[in-house]
Parts: sequence; structure tokens; C-alpha cells
Amino acid sequence: MVYLGEAKILSTVKVVDISAKGDLRRRFLDLGIIKGTEIKVLYKSPFGDPRAYLIRGTVIAIREEEGRKIIVKSTD
Amino acid sequence: MGLTKGSTGSSLIFNEKSGKDINSQYEIGLAGNPNVGKSTLFNLLTGLKQHTGNWPGKTVSNARGIYEYRESIFEVVDIPGTYSLLSNSEEEKIARNYICFGSAKILVVVCDATSLERNLNLFFQIKEVCPKVILCINMIDEAKKNGISIDLNGLIKQIGSQAIFISAREDIGTEVLKMKIKEEIEEDNISEKILRYDFKIELAIKKASEILRKYSYISDKIKLRWVSLRLIEGNINIKDMIVKHFKISLESLEKINIIRNELNESYNKKDIQDVIVETIVKRAEKISSEVVRKEDKKNNFRDGIDKILVSKLTGIPIMIFMLLIILWITIALSNYPSQLLSKFFSILENYIRESTFISVIPPFLSGMLVDGIYITLAWVIAVMLPPMAIFFPLFTLLEDSGYLPRVAFNLDKCFKKCSSCGKQALTMCMGLGCNAAGVVGCRVINSPKERMIAILTNVFMPCNGRFPIIITVASIFIGGSLMASVTVTIATMFGVVITLIISKILSMTILKGMKSDFMLELPPIRKPQICKVLVRSLVDRTLYVLGRAILIAAPAGVVIWIFANIHIRDTTILNMCASTLEPFANAIGLDGYILMAFILGFPANEIIIPIIIMSYMRSKTLIEIDNVLELKSLLVQNGWTILTAINILILTIMHYPCGTTLWTIKKETPYVRLVVV
Repeated sequence: MVYLGEAKILSTVKVVDISAKGDLRRRFLDLGIIKGTEIKVLYKSPFGDPRAYLIRGTVIAIREEEGRKIIVKSTD
Repeated sequence: MGLTKGSTGSSLIFNEKSGKDINSQYEIGLAGNPNVGKSTLFNLLTGLKQHTGNWPGKTVSNARGIYEYRESIFEVVDIPGTYSLLSNSEEEKIARNYICFGSAKILVVVCDATSLERNLNLFFQIKEVCPKVILCINMIDEAKKNGISIDLNGLIKQIGSQAIFISAREDIGTEVLKMKIKEEIEEDNISEKILRYDFKIELAIKKASEILRKYSYISDKIKLRWVSLRLIEGNINIKDMIVKHFKISLESLEKINIIRNELNESYNKKDIQDVIVETIVKRAEKISSEVVRKEDKKNNFRDGIDKILVSKLTGIPIMIFMLLIILWITIALSNYPSQLLSKFFSILENYIRESTFISVIPPFLSGMLVDGIYITLAWVIAVMLPPMAIFFPLFTLLEDSGYLPRVAFNLDKCFKKCSSCGKQALTMCMGLGCNAAGVVGCRVINSPKERMIAILTNVFMPCNGRFPIIITVASIFIGGSLMASVTVTIATMFGVVITLIISKILSMTILKGMKSDFMLELPPIRKPQICKVLVRSLVDRTLYVLGRAILIAAPAGVVIWIFANIHIRDTTILNMCASTLEPFANAIGLDGYILMAFILGFPANEIIIPIIIMSYMRSKTLIEIDNVLELKSLLVQNGWTILTAINILILTIMHYPCGTTLWTIKKETPYVRLVVV
């Protein structure tokens, strides 16, 4: 199990837990990130952070810092 | 741009004008996730020119327009995009307040056919609060191209509401939508099919409903259920609004709190809010898995472009290159129409001077009218119109293609280092067009502190009022359209660097506070609709900004004329002020006249260059110089060097914005803080 912010580029992962609280947690939930959601790590920005993820058909950019609030496991 | 074009005014005019029988008037809200094409649909329905763009968060306030359909008037409200009704950024609050407490008779939830699943989340939340909803599935043509097909009848059955396919970009399905809206409004039966939660939550809702039943402000069963659910859930963002809106007493709240606590205990450790959201998300997941068919058709071409735009090697160079190209085209092409316009205005000027009207009024008044107002206006139009008419459409093409969010994505780390938000890059791009629009656009940033930084630093982006200054000075002293555009690009990048530095300083000193998260949707890169974009940006943005400039320039012309024509002890006020400013100006490598021009240019930065030239010519009016070489020799005579030019470029970027922007800043910030740079 790793943080979403550390998952390998182009790997597909599954959400195990969300440790964020408050507004940030709400934002994750609104994007459809709940336990069991599949996320594909797409690419990173030129300076390495943030990275782009494919979540439920949409590409979302998330900073590494926030990516540490989502715990995932690899499904490959 | 187009942010503040709520056209409540036009609806009034419409009603007076149309002598037809109007049976009824209804209000419709357009809701949906960010960047699903609400504004495009809004424009299609109302014929209004709300500015559209392919990036999330473009609409930051409600825009209104109307259309007529079968003897009824429909007032359409374009609501800012939102992912949920419980989030907390400024523009999401506007959306939530309208959806939950607004006066819409019906809500049209616009969603993106290519990501129906996520869009359904918001749909279910809205259906809980508003009984009459239509699901409007946009971009159906794009979905088909990507191999996505949706079983519409199956979907309608599952969600218990009307749903239709449209493509707002291609104008497919809007007539059907108008028909469905009318049908749905006139339909008396409210669909009972709503989302059910698990047994424990349903029981709690029932108990809370009993307590809340006595409040007459809660008009129907659906509202009662919604208020109960939200109070049990206890999300602070919305609880306060509900209590205020429905005038719920403390006593009732306490009773509900007891129910809430009981419920909370029955789920050990799990948050009720999570359970509620999970129910919705899973429902959306299930429905979408049943009605959406997806062929595995990979869009390699598009993925490839995306990778190039954001890769480590090419991402940043492409960004700079794009800026350079746009500026180069603007500078290279705008010379010719500029000269033509100047010629036209000087011919017209002669004509006016010889007209009988001018010859009968007193010389003081005619001087003010022709030398003051007319020539200032002619200058502003001749200098500003051509670059704007080229720059805006080009920039809008970029916006329409979906490139701007990638800029934010590329630059986020720089902004993060300066403790601000990558979305600031978006607002800065808007600032390139007009600082006032950029400042309003800052509403997309969640944290108050970062929003403040973005607002205060927006003025470092040269807006179209200041571009002509930079372009003129650059083309005179650097020469050649390519070199000039390189200079302007460097000047713009200088503005970006200054923005970053000031952001950092601000966040370390006076603006301490919480940081916000950066989560930005990157919409697919689309081929921009070239024709539509050209027409729209020309008519909408260019003329709008030009109109504003003219309004401000006219009175400014009078002031300048007075400054240059009223004598106190043998010298004009202008000369007197300039010589007073001289020592200070020399210290920063300029002269008194330049500084004076910047001060007089406060209402509209566009008129700075004309004022400088006017002072040098010692003439009593603004003059026109068609020839760049002539202008250069004039400036050199007055002691200008490359160094002066560079100093002017720096001053242009660093000095205060125009009056409109300052006024907007004041409106957008809770406490008044003057930004004097």
C-alpha cells in the first residue's frame, strides 16, 4: 500500500482509504473518490508536481501533498 | 470577460417591446459540473454572448438571459459550475445558494456525455433539493467519436427524470430541450423516485421530518426531506444557510442534534457524510455501468498531444513559444490597420473642423471637443483596436482548445513555492485580456488568502490597455516585428516573475493564513471552433473593452486638453507639473513628462503614449504620427535612449492598474487595501 502521490506513473491503483478531513475530504468525495475507486496515474507536470490522474473518466490534477491523503494499493 | 454580463436589463426591454400575448414567465437554472458547456448552451438558448472557454471555473457569477417559446417567456440563469452542493469555494457557494434557495422553477443539469458517471453525482444531489430537473447530456457527438454510447431510455427509467441528448457546440437538440422544459414545468406530477439511503439514515430522516414539519417556509415534501437530511448530515457549510433561510429554531436544532448523535454512534467510526456520499457515488456508478457502453477506442492522437504539452522537456518551451507566436502575429499584423485608421481619423478631423457646427460655437468649447475629446478618442481607437482585434481572437482560440488549464498544471509548482495556487495562472491569463476580468476570475481560488494574493498581483499582467504601450515602445526601439514580440514576451514573463515574487512576499508578511488545495480538472484538448470563436471574441470582448476604453478616454481627453491649454504664469499646467516631477523621474531614468503621462493615464492606461507625444511636440492637442521612424526621431530628440525604453517597459508593468480594475478589486475584497506600486 502506498500514497496516491507516490504511485508509479501509468500504474492503475485502487483507493483503500482517505485520510483527509474537512473540506479536502469533501472535495475528494465530490470527484467520486471513495474506497474502491480505480485511479490511473497519467503523467506529471514539467516540474514533477502536480500529477494528472484519470478518475472516473476525467483527468484531474492533484498536488503531491494532497495525494498523500489518499492511500491506494496497486491492482496490476 | 463577459463575467458581469447579467442581462436583467435586457429582459425588461424585451418585455416592453414584444406586444405578443405572453401567458407566463418561468425561471430556469442551468447547473452542472465545471466545464460541461453550460455557457455554450446558455448562449444557444438565449442568443446572448456569454463568453465561453474550455476550462473549468470560467463562469464565476450567475448570468441571466431570456428566450421565448410557445407564448411563454423563459428566463435562463447560467450558474457557475460545481462538483457538489456542499463545497466551499466562492463560486461554488454562488451555485449552491442559487440551486438550494433560488427561485428557479426548474433546473436543467447539464452534464458531459464522456463522463456521465461523475456528473450523475451532482444530478442526484440536485434532484434531492429540486423536484423538477431535466438531465441534459451534452457533447454527445464527442462521446460517440470516443466510442461511448448511452442507453437514454434506460437512464430515464433509472433516474426517474427527463433526460435528453444535446450537443451545444453543434447546436443539436436545443429545440427538443426547450420543448421538454415547457412540458416538465407544466407537468403537475412530481416524480417520487428519489435516492434512498440505508435503513438507519432513512429512519433518522423520518424522525427529523417530524420535528421540521411545522416550519411553513419548508414548502413541500421534497424540501422537507432535503432539509432533514442535510441537518442530520451536519455539514457546516450548508447547515448555517438552511437555519437562516428556513428560520429554524435552536430548540428544533437541538432535537435534531440528538437524532444525529444517535445515528453517529450506530456507525462506529464512520462519518455519516461519507455514508451519504458513498451511497450517491455507488448509485451513479451502478447506473452508469448499466446504461453506458464503452468501446475500447483509445484516442492515441489526443493523448500524444497532451503528453507533449506537459512533458518535462517540451512543456515550458511550448508555453513560451505559444505566447511569442500570438504576440508576433499581433504585432506584425496590427501595423497596417492602425495606419489606415489613423489616416481615416485625420481625414474625418479635417471634415469636422470645417463643419458649420464647430465654427459657430466658442473656440474654448470647440477646442475641448475636437482637440480634447475627438483626437483622444481617435488615438485610442487607432492604437488599441487593431492589436485587440487580433490578440483577443487568437487568445480565445487557445482558451477554447483547453490549453489554459495545462498552463496552470505546468506552472503550479512555481506558484506553490510562492505559497499561492496554480489556479492563479488561469486568472493571470485572463488578466492578459483585462485586469478587471482577471480580478473577478479569482473567485475560482478556494482559500481566501490565496485569492487575495491572486487579486493583488493580477495587475502585474499587462492588460490590453498596457500592451499597446509595450508594443509601441518595443517596435520603436527594438525594431522588427519578431524582435519586438520577443521583447513583449520577455516583458510579460517579467510580469510573471514579479507576480511570483510579490506573491511570496505577501504570503510571508501581511497575508498569513490557510493554504488551499490544488485540484484542477484538465479537460480534453479540443479543436477550437474557429469561426464561432473569431466572431464572438471580436464582437464580444474586443468591442466591449474598446467601448469601455472610449468611455474613459473621452473625459480624460478633456482633462488633458485643460492641462495643456490653461496657462499659469506663461506655462501650461502640464509643463509645470512635469518640471515638478522631473527630479523624481530622473531618479528612475525617465523624465517628468513620462511620469506625468503615467499619472494622467490613470483612468485608462491606453492614453499614456499619446500624452507623452503631445507633451514633446509642445502642441496643444494630441497629434498623430503615422510613421514609426518619425516617432522615433521625436523621442530621440527628447533624450530617449534604449535605457529609457526599458525603464518605461518596467514602469508599465509595475505601475497601478486602471480605475476600473481598482474599483473591481475593492468590490471583490472584503477589506479595502490599497495597492500602490
